Amino acid sequence: MKTFLWGALPYIAAAILITGLVWRYRYDKFGWTTRSSQSYESKVLNIASPMFHYGILFVLLGHLMGLFIPASWTDAVGFDEHWYNLLSLFAGVAAGALAVIGIVMLIYRRRTTPAVFRATTRNDKLMYVVLLAAIIMGMVAKLAHSGIHEGYDYRSTIAPWCRSLFTLNPKTSLMADAPVLFQIHAVIGLLLFCLLPFTRLVHMFSAPVQYLFRPYIVYRGRDPRGLSERPTQRGWEGLEG
Amino acid sequence: MRVMAQIAMVMNLDKCIGCSACSVTCKQTWTNRRGVEYVWFNNVETRPGLGYPRRYADQEKWKGGWELDKRGRLKLKQGGRFKKLAEIFANPVLPTVEDYYEPWTYDYGNLQQAPLGEDYPVARPRSLLSGKPMDTVRWSANWDDNLGGAPEYGPEDPIVQKMHAVRAEVGAKVKFEFEQAFMFYLPRICEHCLNPACVASCPSGALYKRVEDGIVLVDQDRCRGWRQCVTACPYKKVYFNHRTGKAEKCTFCYPRVEVGLPTVCSETCPGRLRYLGVMLYDADKVADAARTEDDRDLYEAQLGVFLDPADPAVTRAAEAAGIPHDWIEAAKRSPVHKLICDYRVALPLHPEFRTLPMVWYVPPLSPMVEAVADSGHDGEDAGNLFGAIDALRIPVEYLAELFTAGDTVPVRAALGRLAAMRDYMRAVNLGAEPEEPSVEIEELYRLLAIAKYEERYVIPTAAMADAHAMEEAALASGCSVDDFDASDIDDSGPFGDGSGPKNLPMVTLEDFHAMRRRQTADRQEEQ
Ligand code: HEM
Ligand code: SF4
Ligand code: SF4
Repeated sequence: MKTFLWGALPYIAAAILITGLVWRYRYDKFGWTTRSSQSYESKVLNIASPMFHYGILFVLLGHLMGLFIPASWTDAVGFDEHWYNLLSLFAGVAAGALAVIGIVMLIYRRRTTPAVFRATTRNDKLMYVVLLAAIIMGMVAKLAHSGIHEGYDYRSTIAPWCRSLFTLNPKTSLMADAPVLFQIHAVIGLLLFCLLPFTRLVHMFSAPVQYLFRPYIVYRGRDPRGLSERPTQRGWEGLEG
Repeated sequence: MRVMAQIAMVMNLDKCIGCSACSVTCKQTWTNRRGVEYVWFNNVETRPGLGYPRRYADQEKWKGGWELDKRGRLKLKQGGRFKKLAEIFANPVLPTVEDYYEPWTYDYGNLQQAPLGEDYPVARPRSLLSGKPMDTVRWSANWDDNLGGAPEYGPEDPIVQKMHAVRAEVGAKVKFEFEQAFMFYLPRICEHCLNPACVASCPSGALYKRVEDGIVLVDQDRCRGWRQCVTACPYKKVYFNHRTGKAEKCTFCYPRVEVGLPTVCSETCPGRLRYLGVMLYDADKVADAARTEDDRDLYEAQLGVFLDPADPAVTRAAEAAGIPHDWIEAAKRSPVHKLICDYRVALPLHPEFRTLPMVWYVPPLSPMVEAVADSGHDGEDAGNLFGAIDALRIPVEYLAELFTAGDTVPVRAALGRLAAMRDYMRAVNLGAEPEEPSVEIEELYRLLAIAKYEERYVIPTAAMADAHAMEEAALASGCSVDDFDASDIDDSGPFGDGSGPKNLPMVTLEDFHAMRRRQTADRQEEQ
């Protein structure tokens, strides 16, 4: 069980995530969208969606920092465990709270606005259950093992396990000894990775950062092969240059 | 000089009878599907009036189009790139479907299936968004048609409000009492702008302007549903398909235009008021023209971007730029070029939005003619008409707000030319010798009044070499109407409606089957 959960499941999740994304991109470009529901309802979404997204993106950033910056690096610049704990506690919980309040508002809106609810698929519902569970369990695990002076030092257990996955030499016992709440959170998280390619959440992989770098006006030639196939990529040509 | 070619349109508003044939045929062809029930790529609005969506021309609210920043550079009114990305999670100024109107159907089945009783069964309206019965139908794409409700809605027309603001000190008001009202129809499609704000706003780069013919399209495979373009278009001519989560817009009927056929709205207009033709323009000048400081100079600035196809230097440059010979020839015969550049009777719609629109309008003289005729005078007489153009300040100013950012000079000039033409032709028809015979006036008359199909639509086809392929382009390759699986269109895919590994549904076929189903269905659920 230990080997499966902490030595195999992560790789299975990664494999599903990557092949899933490639598959979805190849077969369902048309379905690859945010499926925005703002044209039905704007007032609540205008508050809830930015709140949730900024929250979850900071949470994501926090995960990357916590899992991939070894404690020895932060120690080296004089940022010791005490300060790290405070940062992790307050910034992390603030971001988490934003995300939780945001997602609760989003779900409430989804359920109570008839048009939005009608446009909600079973796939969306499953996604919301798993996403909400992952966020809530993360918050619970964090708060249950935190204190002002000292918190659970995941940077000496969970983080090294996570990094060891990338060296293909998973240190499963590190994770097996972690508190059970964190374990549950991790498993739900991995499950979420498996779901990403097959839900509306794929939109996060097309975050349009390239927009910052391209000329405003896009010209493209007519596709000589007609309409159904994908047109060949053209160079961007600009007006403003 | 970087010569580019575009198929552009001119509409002669004097001839529009507001029948909405254009809107209906366009809808039948393109947007008769679920998800775009509220969408009219072509709509006809009565002016003065709110328009569709309501008050779309008020850019202080809707933030469409471009503006100049403090240093005189072009910037999307919606905000710069960073601001737009920061606000991507919820677009602060996205119109909701309510701002267009809530689409509905009726419970027709109830008429036949209601149990026997005392009362007549009724077909109640049912929302196509929520699927729930609606208490009342509150608005539609042309609710204020023919000035219906004008005393209430007229003063809310953004143009009327602007005029009120200007003349507040005079204390004069645009009146909506029946006897003082003037009215005309304004059919609108996407402007296929030279400087399209929709294209500039699309974070994924899914919207593009076609090099060959200037048509602005959405790549459905690349659109990720960030819905920035809906806000960016000041004419509100990009729509959000709420079922598929993708942007859709007027396609200028490109499958037809590619094979030399006019757009559906042009083809089916009983007023025969639409003209299609090639405009050559200098792409290097577009950005500068859009940056013109004074709103009122934008009309002239855009004229300055157009090139004269009769000029040999232009022809040479066009050939060097790879524009096909038959396109250059078509440009020389273009009715659109004649109306815009030679006769100067066509004007752009809201040039102050700075997108350099390419669907232009011949302003309507009929409000003046009617005013003169109603007062018991001769409505065809030039003297009377010129007098009316001067006296009827409100309609002229209204037209100027619509077509020249408030500058009445070009509007008067265009109306004056139309009045002179009427007067001249009346003389000819009555057998009187015109004082100075004018070939030009007779040509203008021919073009506006009696031009035949081939003169109104001068459309070069896509390169002859792939003409055959183009004919097929209206259908997905390897798919014909016969083996089209009607059940394939509406069912939701594994990841939401319309998703899944299949060929893109061809919208015209989808519309056809949807209509067929609606015609034969008894209950709403069967549709
Ligand atoms: C990376 C950049 C991201 C961008 C630019 C982005 C953008 C968007 C946009 C535009 C919507 C549509 C909102 C609407 O109009 O209805 C949306 C919805 C949503 N996003 Fe994101 N997103 C991002 C990342 C994420 C992440 C990391 C998650 C969660 C793990 C997430 C979860 C969701 C959910 C659950 C919805 C549906 C909200 C609802 O309507 O109920 N997004 N996102
Ligand atoms: S009118 Fe058409 S081309 Fe111009 S900004 Fe709007 S959608 Fe784009
Ligand atoms: S443009 Fe033509 S079809 Fe459309 S409303 Fe006017 S007259 Fe009718």
